[in-house]
Amino acid sequence: MPLLWLVLIVLAISMVGYVMGRSRALQSAGNDSRNLHSLPSYYGSNVALKVAVPGLLLLVAWLLVQPFYVNSVVSAMIPDSEIAEGSSRGLVLAEVRRAAEGLDLAVATGGMDEDFARNARADFADVTTRLKEAGAIVTSEITQTVLRAAQRYRIVNATGQNLMSIVVIIVSLLGAAWAWRETHPEFRARNVVEQGIRAMLIAAASIAILTTIGIVASLIVNTIEFFRLYPAMDFFFGLEWAPSFSGRGGASSLGVLPLLWGTFYISLVALAVAVPVGLFAAIYLSEYATPRMRAFAKPTLEILAGIPTIVYGLFALLTVGPLLVDIFGEGGILGVSWQGGGRAVVTAGVVMGIMLIPFVSSLSDDIINAVPQAMRDGSFGLGATQSETIKQVVLPAALPGIVGAILLAASRAIGETMIVVLGAGAAARLSLNPFEAMTTVTAKIVSQLTGDSDFASPEALVAFALGMTLFLITLGLNVVALYIVRKYREQYD
Amino acid sequence: MTDASMDGAATPRTKTSLTKLDARTKRRNAAEKRFRAYGVAAIAVGLFFLVVLAISIVRSGLPAFTKTIVGVEFTLTQEQFDAAEKELFKTKAYQGYFNAALQQKLVERNIEVEFDEAAIERILGKTGGDLRAFYRENPDQLGTPVPFELSASSRVDGYFNGRVTRDTLQDSRFLQLSDLDLVDALHDAGIIRSAFNWNFITGADSGVDNPGGAGIGASVVGSFFMMLVVLGLSLPIGVAASIYLEEFAPQNRITDLIEVNISNLAAVPSIVFGILGLAVFIQFMHLPQSAPLVGGLVLTLMTLPTIIISTRASLKAVPPSIRDAALGVGASKMQAVFHHVLPLAMPGILTGTIIGLAQALGETAPLLLIGMVGFVARGYPEGLLSGFTEPNSAMPAQIYTWAARADAGFYEKAWGGIIILLVFLLTMNIIAIILRRRFERRW
Repeated sequence: MPLLWLVLIVLAISMVGYVMGRSRALQSAGNDSRNLHSLPSYYGSNVALKVAVPGLLLLVAWLLVQPFYVNSVVSAMIPDSEIAEGSSRGLVLAEVRRAAEGLDLAVATGGMDEDFARNARADFADVTTRLKEAGAIVTSEITQTVLRAAQRYRIVNATGQNLMSIVVIIVSLLGAAWAWRETHPEFRARNVVEQGIRAMLIAAASIAILTTIGIVASLIVNTIEFFRLYPAMDFFFGLEWAPSFSGRGGASSLGVLPLLWGTFYISLVALAVAVPVGLFAAIYLSEYATPRMRAFAKPTLEILAGIPTIVYGLFALLTVGPLLVDIFGEGGILGVSWQGGGRAVVTAGVVMGIMLIPFVSSLSDDIINAVPQAMRDGSFGLGATQSETIKQVVLPAALPGIVGAILLAASRAIGETMIVVLGAGAAARLSLNPFEAMTTVTAKIVSQLTGDSDFASPEALVAFALGMTLFLITLGLNVVALYIVRKYREQYD
Repeated sequence: MTDASMDGAATPRTKTSLTKLDARTKRRNAAEKRFRAYGVAAIAVGLFFLVVLAISIVRSGLPAFTKTIVGVEFTLTQEQFDAAEKELFKTKAYQGYFNAALQQKLVERNIEVEFDEAAIERILGKTGGDLRAFYRENPDQLGTPVPFELSASSRVDGYFNGRVTRDTLQDSRFLQLSDLDLVDALHDAGIIRSAFNWNFITGADSGVDNPGGAGIGASVVGSFFMMLVVLGLSLPIGVAASIYLEEFAPQNRITDLIEVNISNLAAVPSIVFGILGLAVFIQFMHLPQSAPLVGGLVLTLMTLPTIIISTRASLKAVPPSIRDAALGVGASKMQAVFHHVLPLAMPGILTGTIIGLAQALGETAPLLLIGMVGFVARGYPEGLLSGFTEPNSAMPAQIYTWAARADAGFYEKAWGGIIILLVFLLTMNIIAIILRRRFERRW
C-alpha cells in the first residue's frame, strides 16, 4: 500500500474518531454538555489524538528501522569472498540496491513479471538481458550473488511494507478503542488533551536540538570514515590539494591547508571592503544623519543583505570579474598584466564585501546607538567636536560590540558558498597574489559532493571532513561573537 | 594648582581672537569635516554598489525576455505539398520552398542580398521540420497564406542584443560574417523583429546546446513545490516551538539548551544544512535525489530558526493583560494562548514566515548538494504527488546551472532568471510589509 494512502487512512480514522467521540460524550451526558467535565470537542480531540499520534509515530519509526533490518538480512547473504579487492561491503550493498531498483523498473515497464523477478532459480544471463532492455543500469559488478541478494531484498522489503500497513492500522484502531472506552462524563478530557498538545509543543521545540544532533552526527560519522581511509595528519597539514578522479584514493592528496588559506584570504579581502564602508556608514547613520536620511538609507542598504547569494555569484562571475580584468589584466587600463582571468580572490572578495556591508553597518549601528547619551554629552561639555567625541568616546565604548559584529560578518564570509563557487575559481593554491584564482572549503565541498552518489571513496568523504572543519570554525566564531555582544549589552542596560 | 598658575603667569600669552580662528581650531574643524565626508562616502559607496547591481541585472537580464523572430507569410500549395511528401529528404524540400518564398519577399522589397540555403539554416535553424509538422497537422491551411513566426538562432539573438558584434564574430558553422548582412537586410525589411519570449517564462530547460529555447517555468514549479513543503512544515513546527519556549517552558537547563541551539543554528552556514540533507535524507533515509521534497525538508530546517525568532518576538509583543483577562474568566493556560494570544500575534508571525520563505526561495548552496543541479528539468511534473517526489530543479539551482555552462547564450538566461527570482522575492517582501502596516497593533 502506498505510504500516502496509509497516512490518509490513519487521518480518516482519526477524523471519524473525533466525530464519534464527541457524540458519544454528549450522549452519555444526556445531550446536555453541562453534565460533562469538559467541552464536547475535547472528548472528540482525545479520540483523534489517540488514533493519529501512536499510528503516525509507529509509521515513522518503522520507516526508519526497516532499512537496517533489510540491510542486515541481505548483508548476511553476501559471503566475504564475494567482496572484491579494494571494495567494501557497503559498495556491494549499494550494488544490490541498484539491482533491486532495476528489477522494480523492469517490472514496471513490463520487461518481466513479478513472479519472474522473484524467481530464485531464474537464469542469471536472462535476468540481466531483461534488465538491460528495461533501461536499468547493469554493470559488471552485478554477479549471481548480487542478483540473488537483490531478489531477496525486494521480497523482504515488500513483506515489511505490507506488515507495516497492517500493524499501523491496528494500532490506530486500538487507540480509538481505548479513547472510546474512556469517554464518559467524569473523564477529564480537556486536561488529557492539553497534556498531549503540550507534549507536541515540546517535541516541536526539540527539533532544533535534533537538527544540531543530525548535523554533528552526519559530519562525525562520515569524517571518522574518511580518516579511516585517509591519514588525518595528511589532511590537516597537507600542503597540496589534488584529488584524483579515479574515485579509489591512492594518488589523491587531500591537504586542507590550501583551502583554508583561500577561505581566509577571500574573507580578509571581503572584510577589508565591508568593515570600513559598513562602519563609517553606521557611524554616519547613527550620529550625523537626519531622521529622514536615516529612514531612507538604512533600509536601502539592508536590501543588499536580502539579495540571494546566487545573484552576487553571478555578479562576480559576469560583471565584476571581467571589469577587474579590464583594469588589472593584460591590455587593461593600468597597463599591468596582473590578473589572468575573471575568477580571482579579489573578484570573490570584493563582491562578498558588498554583501557584508549591511551586516556590519546594521549591527554596529545598533551597538553605537546603545552607547548612553550621557557619555556623548560629557564629551561635548569638555569642548570636543562631534568627530572627536565619536573617535575618543563612542567608538572605544562600542568597540567590543563592533568586534563582535565583525566576527559575525567573518563567520558569514567563511561559510559563504555561491560567490566563491562562481567567482573564486577551482584551483587550490597557496599564494599571496590576490589576482590569482583560489578556492575555498565551501567551494570544494560542493565540487566533491555534486553529481556523485557514491559516498564510499575518500574523494567524496573528504567533503564531510571539510564540512566538519567549516562547522567548527563558524561555530567558534559565532559563540565568541555572541558572547562579546551579549556581555557588552549588559554593561549599559 | 598654584604651580600651574605661576607657570602660566610666567609665559607670555598669545593673543587670540574670537572672530578669527586659530590654526588648531581650523585643523580640528577640518578633521570634523573630513570625518563627516568619510561617512557620506561610505553610504554613497553602499548605495552605488546597489545601483550598479540593479543596473547590471536589468541590463543583462532583459534580453532574455525577448527573442528574435523571423516573420514570413508563406503559402504552400497542395501540389507542392504532394511533391514534397514524395521526396526522399522531405524536410529539405520544405526548406527549399521556404527559401524561395523568403527570396521573393526580399525581391519584392527591392533588397538584393546574395544568400544560400546554408545561411538560412544558420540563421533560422532547420525550418523544414517545423513547416512539415505544421502542414501535416493542418492540411486545411494548404493554399492559403500562413504568417509563420520562426525563432532565430541564439547567435542572431545575440547580434541584436549586442552580445555578438561584427568585430567579435568569428566565422564558424554557427554563424558567419556574411550572414549578418542578410540579417541586417531582413531586419530593414521588417522580416526579422523582436518579440516577447513567452517560452522563457513558461518553458523548461533545453539542454546544453540550445540556449534560445531555455525557459525557467519548470524550475519555478519546482521551487513552488519546495516552498509548499517549507510552509507546511516550518510554520506549524516553528509556531509550536515558539509557543512552548515563550509561554510554557520552565526556566531550566533543557530550555537554555534549546535556546542556545536555535541561535547557533541561525548562524550555521547554509552549505552545512546541505551536508545534513545529503547524509540524513538521501544517504540514510534513501529519499529520492533532486526531489523538491528533500529540498523542502532541508530548507525547512534552515528557516526554522528564523521563523522561531520572529514568532517569539511577536508573541512577546502581546501584552500580558490579554493572558490575564483570559485566565481571569476561567480559560486554561492552553486556551488563553491558543484562543487569544496566538490570533493577536498572527500578523507578526505571518510576516516573519513570509520573510523566512523569501530567504529559503533564494537559497542555492544546499540544493547543489542534494542533486538539484545535475538534473535537467525537461518539463512540468505530471501530478501533485509527483511534483514532490520526481526530480526537478529550483529557480536558484537553475540559474546556477545556466551560469556554469560554457555557452555565453546561457548567461543572459541566468540574468533573466534572476529578474524573475527577484520579482518573486520583492512580491513576498511587499506582502510582508503590507501585512505589517495593515495589521500591526501598538499596545
